[in-house]
Amino acid sequence: MKIVFERPNTLTDAVTHYCPGCGHGVIHRLVAETIERLGVEDRVIAVPSIGCSGALGRYLAYDSVAGAHGRGPAIATGIKRALPDAVVFSYQGDGDLASIGAAEILHAANRGEQITVIYVNNAVYGMTGGQMAPTTLLGQVTSTSPFGREISTTGWPMRVAELLATLPGVKYSARVCVFDAANVIKAGAAIRKAFEVQLKGLGFGIVEVLSQCPTNWRMAPRVSVKWAEEHMVREYPLGEFKTPEGDSQCNTR
Amino acid sequence: MQHEVIVAGFGGQGVLLAGILLAEAALQDGKEVTWVPAYGPEMRGGTCNCTVIVSDELIASPVASEVSFLIAMNEPSLQKFGPIVRTGGTIYHDSSSGDTLLDRDDIDIGAVPAAQIAAEIGSPKVVNMVMLGALVGSSGLTTRDTLVSVMEKQLVGEKARFVPLNIQALDAGIEIARQHAKKSGK
Amino acid sequence: MTRILIKGNEAFAEAAIRAGCRHYFGYPITPQSEVMEYLARRMPEVGGVFIQAESEVAAINMVYGAAATGARSMTTTSSPGFSLMQEGISYMAGAELPAVLVNVMRGGPGVGSIQPAQSDYLQATKGGGNGDYRLLTYAPATVQEMADITMKAWDKAEKYRNPVLILVDGFIGQMMEAVEFKDEPATEPVEHTWAVGIRKEKRPLRRITSSHMDPADCERHNRHLKAKFDRIRKDEVAWEELYTEDAEVVLAAFGVVARVCRAVVERARKEGIKAGLIRPITVWPFPYRAFRQRVRTAKAFFVVEMNEGQMVEDVQMAVGYDAPVYFYGRNGGIVPQPNEVASELQKILAGGVTPREDRI
Repeated sequence: MKIVFERPNTLTDAVTHYCPGCGHGVIHRLVAETIERLGVEDRVIAVPSIGCSGALGRYLAYDSVAGAHGRGPAIATGIKRALPDAVVFSYQGDGDLASIGAAEILHAANRGEQITVIYVNNAVYGMTGGQMAPTTLLGQVTSTSPFGREISTTGWPMRVAELLATLPGVKYSARVCVFDAANVIKAGAAIRKAFEVQLKGLGFGIVEVLSQCPTNWRMAPRVSVKWAEEHMVREYPLGEFKTPEGDSQCNTR
Repeated sequence: MQHEVIVAGFGGQGVLLAGILLAEAALQDGKEVTWVPAYGPEMRGGTCNCTVIVSDELIASPVASEVSFLIAMNEPSLQKFGPIVRTGGTIYHDSSSGDTLLDRDDIDIGAVPAAQIAAEIGSPKVVNMVMLGALVGSSGLTTRDTLVSVMEKQLVGEKARFVPLNIQALDAGIEIARQHAKKSGK
Repeated sequence: MTRILIKGNEAFAEAAIRAGCRHYFGYPITPQSEVMEYLARRMPEVGGVFIQAESEVAAINMVYGAAATGARSMTTTSSPGFSLMQEGISYMAGAELPAVLVNVMRGGPGVGSIQPAQSDYLQATKGGGNGDYRLLTYAPATVQEMADITMKAWDKAEKYRNPVLILVDGFIGQMMEAVEFKDEPATEPVEHTWAVGIRKEKRPLRRITSSHMDPADCERHNRHLKAKFDRIRKDEVAWEELYTEDAEVVLAAFGVVARVCRAVVERARKEGIKAGLIRPITVWPFPYRAFRQRVRTAKAFFVVEMNEGQMVEDVQMAVGYDAPVYFYGRNGGIVPQPNEVASELQKILAGGVTPREDRI
């Protein structure tokens, strides 16, 4: 019998702590598949963040260095500069990357660090219980925006993929989602490109992955996917904003 | 023996450099030395000083409550540090900007028209070397030859062309000290 | 033997290179910028890494990343910057990563001043960041000692898998003295069994983390750390004593102030005053026993610091209620002069000073 589909070797068989309907499991698998297809699994060093994906080391079988909230890109910088042959990626949520770690991501990207960033945007703080994030949609109700996010005190949803694409050190920046099978395949292709710019020594690569958080959105998994397709994708357009060949959808240097 | 020297003036006058050259020379002579800068937030134009201690033995405190020598390259420095020169000590001050009053008769005060001499030599930048010359000419802290060799080591490449000018300034200062010693009967 | 005239900050930087450190991450702040400036030139010469980080927060986390690979790495900063680094330092202690850190102290709190001070003693010796951890902390008093301690610092950090801190006042950082770099070759880079890296021959995975979500696991980890800190207490404590055996008054100071006190003690002895000096070389672990063993002979202890009294608490702890502890401090960037310390000592001997008491 021919095996046509199986769990990647570097995705462990540990039962995850993720909630039913959460996108992290799919994204973990995409990262593991990509790394194995590129044949670099023995060179990978993962940098988990603080948040739901903090336990990444349990699910992905790579050496890993876990540090403080938001500092992943600085830690990854230290690792990559000390071990240029390693394939280094940070895996960060939107609270981690876009809020507390805004300085670290911006400057790692601006230095053109040869690292890959998997940035999971689900519009809330997941692990701490669904508080407002910089990515929360306007009007979205969370435990710290009980009347809906409003501009005067919290500003606007932050579009990280577009923002980072403006920096010359960034060689790949894309936004994908994992809301259906076709988009999961596209997400895998983008993650591969983000690792390839690192492997080719071109510079910094980031993939912003829109993901659903049914628990903190207070929705059934299937409803959450529908909501995400309707609302998140409108605020956060999908596509490639920067590729090694040039800019796709925005004007940059 | 231990001697403490304060070199003081405006920022940009080469105060710190004069102190470093003295410290380097004393080290080359086999002495123990410390060099401590006092610095302000301003890079130029503020007041600036450094303390150099030269000793035959290990130096305990690099901080000096009293000093044996003061090189005051401006009036405020003279007023600020003049009082902490110990009895029997020596002050050289730049007298180019006129006469200076310091109410002490227990120390040797030498007036050096350093800015004037530097201008005659051809560069206002060598005021510090004229003053350093005066100190070396009277203190025995180091010798002219050691200082010249330190200058040659420090001023290399592009800066090497300034060595003769600096030596000229140093010698002018040494000459002033010699005349001063003759006048005061030392 | 070649002795070169060099600033404390630069002596540290050069000693780090000679100790085999090839990874520097830092952020400019007065009065430590000379270290960065020196290494910006020097690291490329030896094939090392020099990165000017976007903040002290980032710098310490870059050190965290490099240290996780087993690379000899470091950062240097001054007081406000050291505060920003506490997060990363706590994580390093928790994850048991070795590195060498330097705090060239200035006046505080807040911006304070850019002039030399010893205002971060408590922060350095009693924690600083969150959680139960300590840093082996050296307080050099001469530029030569700064170089010598730095040469050994990574060996200690790697031995204990804990960051080592060199706590130096801005005075020594800025001061020039003659230094001889003893030509001990840097210890060969060790293949650490815990460091992450390229996995050859399918070795087991290595995970660097300070996370122990299971309470029992977290407690076990803390006890493991405690046992390690106890070993450091026992084996690494270092101090210097001068004329303490028959001293009636024992002065205590660290860093540059210890040298001021040394001059005061030397002069007092010439005047027939039985004064002595204890200078902690490690401020954590603190040499409590050095003080304890003088309690029977000394009638008083006199602590001098460039702060409002921080190490004095450790001296009080060592001396107990068996002898009075006096304190004299200057602050904000003012270095105590030998004369003022000497005159305070005279006043103490004459009975005109109230002992310091923090145990109210």
